[in-house]
Amino acid sequence: MRVTIDEDKCCGYAACLSVAEKVFDLAADNIAAVLVEHPQGELADQAREAAAACPTSAIILLDDTE
Amino acid sequence: MSPREVVIVGASVAGVAVADELRRLGFEGRLVLVGDEPHPPYDRPPLSKDLLTGRTEPDRIRLREPAHYTDRGITLMLGVPAVRLDGRRVELADGRVLTPDAVVIATGARARSLGEPRPTLVTLRGLDDALHLRRRLADGTRLVIAGGGFIGAEAAASARALGADVTLIEAAPLPFAHLLGDEMAAALVRPHREAGVRVLTGTPVQRVDRAGGTENVLLADGQVVHGDLVLAGLGSIPNTGWLDGSGLDIGNGVRCDATGATALPGVCAVGDVAAWYEPGLGRHVRHEHWTSATEQARTVAARLLGRSPKAVPGAGVPYFWSDQYGARIQSLGNPELADETHVVHGSLDEGSFAVLYGREGRLIGAAGRDAAAHVMRHRRAITAAPFPLQPTGGT
Repeated sequence: MRVTIDEDKCCGYAACLSVAEKVFDLAADNIAAVLVEHPQGELADQAREAAAACPTSAIILLDDTE
Repeated sequence: MSPREVVIVGASVAGVAVADELRRLGFEGRLVLVGDEPHPPYDRPPLSKDLLTGRTEPDRIRLREPAHYTDRGITLMLGVPAVRLDGRRVELADGRVLTPDAVVIATGARARSLGEPRPTLVTLRGLDDALHLRRRLADGTRLVIAGGGFIGAEAAASARALGADVTLIEAAPLPFAHLLGDEMAAALVRPHREAGVRVLTGTPVQRVDRAGGTENVLLADGQVVHGDLVLAGLGSIPNTGWLDGSGLDIGNGVRCDATGATALPGVCAVGDVAAWYEPGLGRHVRHEHWTSATEQARTVAARLLGRSPKAVPGAGVPYFWSDQYGARIQSLGNPELADETHVVHGSLDEGSFAVLYGREGRLIGAAGRDAAAHVMRHRRAITAAPFPLQPTGGT
C-alpha cells in the first residue's frame, strides 16, 4: 500500500493523527504529512482507519500491486 | 447470513457511509438510499461556515460525486420521505413500498425551533436553510441568534464576516462551559466580542414576535432585542415521527444496543437519530457528531453482513470540531467530566492552545483552538492513560 495526501482536500483536522500517529503528522502549514509511505501490517490497518476517519477524504491509499 | 436487499432511510453522512461500507465489505445485493431532501447527499458542516459566507457552493459540498453511486450500484431515492415502518416494510410518502431484508434508520435530526417558521424566524440544518439565510444576510442586517452552541457560534462568525449586525443570546452563563469547562469557554467567547458580536448570556429567549417588519425577541430577564432575522440554534430533535407504531423503543432517539441493533430484527439505526447503548456509561447516548456517524456506520455495515466489527483504538471517543472566526476548535473525549485540567500548548490568552482534561488520575479529554496536532494525537490515550501525562517530548 502507498499512502498519499490530496493536499487540496486536506483541511488540517488531524483526524488521521488520532488513529495513526506513526503514519501521519501535521506539517507547519497544517496540512497532513505522510511519515510512512508504505505502511505494513498494523500500520497499514491504521492508515486504512485514518482514510475512513478523514472528514474531507483527503487520504489516498493506492494498492501496490496496481 | 447476508441480506439480499438493504434499504437505508436517510441520505446524509451516516446513511451514505453505511452504503459505502456495505459495498466495501463485498455486499452484492440491492442497496437503496432514501432521502427526504431533493439534493444529492451533501456535507452539513460547511452549511454554517463556508456555504453561508459564499466561499463555497452547493455543488462543492456533495458527499460523493454522482458517479460514485452508479459505479457502486447504490440506488438513490431522493426528495421522498419515509412515512412508516412496519417490520422491515418501508412506506414512502409517494406511496412506494420497499420490502428489504434489512433496514437502516439514518433519518437524522431536525433543528429545534422558536415557533412556527417564517422567512425571518429560521433554523439552520439543511442546505435550503443555509441558502435562505445567505440570501437574507447582508451588510447591516440585524441578526439575532438564540443559542450560543455550535450552530449559533459558527453562524455568528459567518454573519459577521458578511457585515451583519449580530446579537448572540445564550441561556447559560457562558456558552460551551458545560462541554469544555469555564476557562476554555471564556477563551472561546472572547473572539465573538472582539468581532463586534453583542453577546448576552444567562438569559434564555422566551418569545419572538413579529411587529411592524421587525422581529422582537423577548428574553427571560425582560430585555427585548430587535432584529431583521432570528436564527434558533437550540439543538436538535431526532426524526422519529415516521417510526410511530413501529414497535421500536424510542426515547431521545431510536434506542439501540452497543452495535446499532434495534428491538426489531433486521433493523439498525445510525447517526443523529440513534441512541446507542454505551456500556461504559450504562445508558443510551445520542451522539450528533460527524465522526460518531461514520464510526457507527462501519459497525452497522459489518453487523448486517454477519461480521464482527473490528475494534478500533480510540473509536467511540466523542469528537467534535467547530470553525469560528478563522480558528478551529476541537474536542476529544469527555472534558465535561474533568476534575483537573492542564494547558499543554500555548495559553488560553492566545489564539492557539491545547488543554488536557483528567478525572481521577486518568486522561479523559483533550481540547484546543488552532492546535489540531496537540489535541488529536491524544485520542488513543484517552480513557487509558494516567493523568497528568508523562512528557513524551514534542507534544
